[in-house]
Formats: sequence, structure tokens, C-alpha cells
Amino acid sequence: MSKASKANLPRFLVGIDLGTTNCVLSYTAHPDTESDVLPVAGDPPAALEMLLIPQLTQPGSVEEKSQLPSFLYQAHESELTEEDTRLPWGASASSLTGGIARFLGAKTPIRLVSSAKSWLCHADVDCREPILPLGSPDDVARISPYEATRRYLDYLKAAWNHRFPESPLEQQDVVITVPASFDPAARDLTVDAARETGLEKLTLLEEPQAAVYHWLHACGNDWRKQVGPGDIILVVDVGGGTTDLSLVAVTDTEGNLELNRIAVGDHILLGGDNMDLALAYRLKAKLAADGKDLQPWQIQAMVHHCRDAKEALLNDPNLQAVPIVVPSRGSKLLGNTLRTELTHSEVQETLVDGFFPQTPVDEHPRALIRRALTQLSLPFAQDPAISRHLAAFLSRQVNAANEVLGREERGFIKPTAVLFNGGVLKANMLADRLMTIINGWLSEASAEPAKQLTGIDLDLAVARGAAYYNAVRRGKGVRIRGGIASAYYVGIESAMPAIPGMEAPLEALCVAPFGMEEGTHAAVSQQELGLVVGEPVRFKFFGSKSRRLDTSGTLLDYWDPEELEALPEIQATLTDEARKPGTVVPVTLEARVSELGTLCLEAVARDGQKRWQVEFDVRN
Amino acid sequence: MTSNFTTFPTQPDLLHLILGAVLFITLVMLMVVARRKSPPNAEASQVQTEVVVPAPAPAPAPAPEFKAATPDAALQLLALLQQNARLIDFFQEDLKGFSDADVGAAARVVHEGGKKTLKDYFRLEPIRSESEESRVTLTAGFNAAEVRLTGNVTGQAPFTGTLIHRGWKAAEVRLPKIAEGHDVSVIAAAEVEL
Repeated sequence: MSKASKANLPRFLVGIDLGTTNCVLSYTAHPDTESDVLPVAGDPPAALEMLLIPQLTQPGSVEEKSQLPSFLYQAHESELTEEDTRLPWGASASSLTGGIARFLGAKTPIRLVSSAKSWLCHADVDCREPILPLGSPDDVARISPYEATRRYLDYLKAAWNHRFPESPLEQQDVVITVPASFDPAARDLTVDAARETGLEKLTLLEEPQAAVYHWLHACGNDWRKQVGPGDIILVVDVGGGTTDLSLVAVTDTEGNLELNRIAVGDHILLGGDNMDLALAYRLKAKLAADGKDLQPWQIQAMVHHCRDAKEALLNDPNLQAVPIVVPSRGSKLLGNTLRTELTHSEVQETLVDGFFPQTPVDEHPRALIRRALTQLSLPFAQDPAISRHLAAFLSRQVNAANEVLGREERGFIKPTAVLFNGGVLKANMLADRLMTIINGWLSEASAEPAKQLTGIDLDLAVARGAAYYNAVRRGKGVRIRGGIASAYYVGIESAMPAIPGMEAPLEALCVAPFGMEEGTHAAVSQQELGLVVGEPVRFKFFGSKSRRLDTSGTLLDYWDPEELEALPEIQATLTDEARKPGTVVPVTLEARVSELGTLCLEAVARDGQKRWQVEFDVRN
Repeated sequence: MTSNFTTFPTQPDLLHLILGAVLFITLVMLMVVARRKSPPNAEASQVQTEVVVPAPAPAPAPAPEFKAATPDAALQLLALLQQNARLIDFFQEDLKGFSDADVGAAARVVHEGGKKTLKDYFRLEPIRSESEESRVTLTAGFNAAEVRLTGNVTGQAPFTGTLIHRGWKAAEVRLPKIAEGHDVSVIAAAEVEL
């Protein structure tokens, strides 16, 4: 290969964790195409570097940190001077991202954009509409969840290009991680945001898989000693805002171990932030009993202190209490400082027993009845018990390994190994409790206890795993097979005589079967739909993480409400100069999973001449 | 130590904390003063020599050179300590009339935040790894800037004596970068809630 053409090659393989609360970027050198040295799981692990991201932490003050808090601050014009918001690469609209946004937003929450990622999966909002900060006064500039995502990526790009001006991020191969539970629309939004940022060489990876890749990287060759054929690895990822679950089965194909991601869980908005909040409110109640009322800013400060105190108490079983001190806001410190303490037993009751209760495996999350008038907000999990969510997941996925491992499981699927990820599970007491719960279920069912896989950095694993995956997918290393983690269905009104006061019953047509792999497509045979030229037509859209035997074209006239999850509606608009508006065109639907991991659905005219894209992101 | 503030007066700890902090801030202040006064007065330069410049070698130097510490880093550190540890608020208060429990509660704020600040922006290492009160021997050519001899200082190396204090050394400093034109003299902005 000539020198000239080599200069244009990507020099780095990049992994980006676009987290709900923190963004992290990891990278490794691109394998030298001349020497053909490709990283292989089992080779000495390639070095995975972390990008230190310069960010404002205070007005006018820039620090480099490996985590960029996923927050944006929409400052008032008279709040900050131009110098205050300058970054090493100059000032821009995205300057107030990261540490400073969280810092300013703590005192002025009406201007703080947070948890944008959780909105991407929200069924009832249009993610391209400016809605954040939610409920802020009219003169605060609002942005859409999509725009927030784009700005975080844009910020990472600026930080990268500042560090590597010779190798702009746009020219590198980039893997972006998404929650395994992200629906097709949320994946599309993430890809669009990345494309708009100029990232073209792009692939998506599920976060729990990224954690497994990081584990493979950390183990080197030893991973084969830790798991073997027939093992089922449960990945539990409890981050700041979300809990993400996946199952990976280990199989033996012609003497080689293979990893198969066989199931993913629902999108559960439950994480470390809920825990800090729970502790702060517990302390608030304790102080209220002493006749001390807390103001909102004091609770905010308490939450912050509880985060540190919690970690200290959870990692040191001998520590009985940690003092929590909230100083006054004014310059008079003495005599105005609020003091209490967080005790070991409070943490035990609130966190360990509250979020990780020792419940039986057949006890699943309680759905509380929602009040008729709910404000537009994120669909936070109503049951805080992670153990019940986990039990529901394992029970629902009882058959997940039947096909690949040739098993006949009963009751719930039985993991043989557990990999933890996410900041929350850094706390030994919580990780131990979760292992106790899982092994309790297993011993109830007379199964062997699962072993805990260790050796990963729980805060940085996703980005690192993504960078490693980026290297492995062009080498001979072990890849996790999976395909799409859900089957998808289009709702069709069945043809039957109209009955007054009753909606026509709905049938579900499978358009994309479970496990469809990247780069494949599935035509939906026979079943034709009539679309009207020039008019947007909406379809109900469903996903199922447990119906793994339906093939494309399967028509369901009955299903268990638990099996099919209603997703945001999808829309097809037929534009065709050759046909008159209003004409009904018979079409079939064809699904395709792109190389980068997104689902595409197309309406194909009967003659096969014309194709129209079906859009996922049409919520409003 | 973790439990009850009414039994808090473990005075040495608290006093050490306060005294240590007072000493520290005095040094910082003096550095600022040294920079601001011109020509530098003898006392301030003396302090500076101890803090910053290693003992000059006995070379026939024409005139001793002193570099002025910039106030920017000192003011930046004060701002960080105020932000994280409320240090200025604490020192500006009159402790008279407050109980040890009150002082203790405030000291926790200062200690917790100060510790975090040190951890975030410096990598501090003890100069000597031996335990204090143990006997140590210094061979000839030891670094006199790092180890100070006191007491019965006579004779030639090797010197054997008791390690009183292990010493501290900043192995790494990673203070935030400050934007050009940012007014560092504002240690803490006044806050007005609307």
C-alpha cells in the first residue's frame, strides 16, 4: 500500500459510551494494514486508551476528565461572560456541557438538560421537538432530546479533534453503544445524531455486550478457562439512570467457543440516582422528626453527599455511620451547618433491602395504577426492586437458550455466570446481595450456583469494550453473535364486518424475526397492505423480546399482553409521480438489518419497481 | 470518631487541621504578597525560597535570582478550596462563642472538601517512607531540600536520627486551566437567588 493512500486510513478505532449520566470515549490504534497484525482475543490485550475530555468545571476553568457528564446548561445571557465559557478549541453553543452544566444546573435546574437519552426511548414524545429542559419557563432556550444527543457527540468530536488534529474523529471507525433495550426508533435517532456530527464510519453495539467484550479483553486467553460450552452469562448493568439486562450463551462450534447474545431485557429507568435520592429523602424524614425542615437546595446537597457516603458504607462493613454535613449557603459557616449521619442500618434498609429485596423468583414488579392525570415525564420504573425486575426477566426468557444449547428449561432461565457492570454495582454489598439473590433462586431450583465474572472497570467498561469490539470485529477474535434482540410486528386491522362501538380486532404481522443478523433482510411474503399515495399512513408497531420462533410473515390474531410490547407508531408516506394521489397501492413489507445495526422497514410495490422507507421516528 | 459530636473535642485533630490549614493559607498569601510587592521584600522572598526553590548550590553566582510566584495559581487554589471546602468562609469567621460541636461540624465541611481538592489536583507523597519516631540514617549527598536536619546538627554524614515528620511532596500538580481574561481575583462570586 502506498504512503499516500495510507495517510487517509483511519488511525484509531474508537468506542463511545453515550451514557445517560456520563459519556466516555475509549480508543485503540488501528491495526496496521501492512503487517496484518490484527488483535485477537487471546493475544496480549491491545492497549485501550481513554480520551481525557477537557471540559469547563467552573466558569473560566477547564479540567480534563475521562467522563463527560451528559448534561447541558442553557445559560441566561447575563449569567456568564464570554471568557467564562471558552474552551481550548474556542467557545460554542455546546460549551456548557459536562461538569459545568451539572454544577450550574444544581442551583438553576430550570436551565439544565439532563437524561436526554432516556427520552429517546419514550413512546409519547417526538424526540426532535424541543422539550428539554422539561417544564422550563418560556425564555429558556429548549432543545430536543435528539439535539442534546447530537451536541454530546459534537462535544466529543471537538475534544477528539483538539487532541488529534491530524486524525479527525470523522475519519475514524467509531462504535457507539446503545442500551440493549433501545427500540428501532431510538437507534435511528442515535445514528442520525452521529451522522449529523459527521461520523460516517459507524456501528452500534449493545451496552451489555460491550461490557462482555471488555471482560474478554481483560481476561485475554483466560476467558476460556472461566466459561465453557453450555454456560449462560447474565449481564446486569445498573447505571446512574437505567438498568439493562442481557443473557449470553456459550456454545461450542467445531471446537471453538462462541458467544451468543440470546436475550435482552426491557428498558428499566431505575439506577443509582434513584438510590441517592432515596437516601436523601430518608435523611430528610429523620431530620423532620427532629423538627428540622429541609429546603430544596439542602435536599439537593444531601443527595450529593449521600452518593459518597453510600459508597463508603457499602464497601466497608465495619463502618457504622458516615456524618452528612450540609453547610449553609451564606458565608457564615458556623452554627448554620446542618448535620446528620447516614448509618449502616439505614443504607441496609433503604438500598439493600429496598432495591435488592430477597424475593422469590416468581415475584415480579408490581405495576402501580397510574393516576388518570399524569404529567409528561419519563416512564420511571414504578417498582424500585431490581430483584423483581431481574426475576421477571429470567422468567420471561425461560426458553431463550433452548435453541442454542438444546435445553428444556422450566420456570426461569438459569444463568451459570454473572457479569456486573455500572457504577452502582461497584459497591461490594450490593454486588454480593445480588449474587446471593440469584444463587438463592438457583438453589431453590436445585441448580448449581452461578459464579461471578470479575476483572472489569465498572465505570469505563462500556467505552473500552466498544473500542475493543471495534478492533475485534476486523480480526479473528471472538465476536458475540446476536442479531436483533426482538421480533417486530406491524398491527393490521383484521377484515371483519363492522360492529358499532367496537374497534376492529387487531392482528400482528411479524415483519422482522428475532435474531435477524446485521446485513440480512427478510421479505414478508404474501400479506399485502394497501397504501394510499400521497397520504401518510400510520401503523401500530410492536416488539417482542420473548417470541423467538415467529418468522417473517407470521400473522398473530391472539397474543399474551406480556409478550408484545406496543412501540411508537410507524409511518409510511408514498410519494410517486407516476401514480395519482389517492390511489391505493398494494405493497408488501420488507425488513433489513443494516451493517451498523439498525432496522430498516420498506414498503415494496407489488411489481417490485418502487420502494418506500417506513419511518420509525414519527411520535408526537 | 464517626459518631457523636458532643464527644468530639479530640482537640489535637481539630487543632492540627485548623493550624495546618492556617499555615498553608499563610504561605499561599505570602506568595501572593511577594508577587504584588516590588521590589520583593526580604521576608517574603525568604519564605519563597523555602517553599519553591531548592537550596542554591554554592557556586559563585553573580546575584541570587528570585522568580516571582504568579498570583493566578494561588488565587485559583483559594477558589477551589472555597468552592469545595468553604475554606475562606471558615477562616473569616470568629470562632469565639461557638461550641466545639459547631466548630467540629464546620471542620468536617472543610476537611471533606479540602481532602477532595487535594486528591483531585495534586498527587501528594510522603518524602520518607519509614514510620515516624523510627531511626533513619542519611548518607552523604542526601537531598537537603527534602530532608531538614534539626537539633544536634554536628559532624559529617552519614547522619542517624529520629524521623519526626515524613514530609510531603507534590509528585504531580494538575490544576484546571484558566481561560485568558478570566478574573481570578474573584475567589467566590456573590450569589443572588431570583
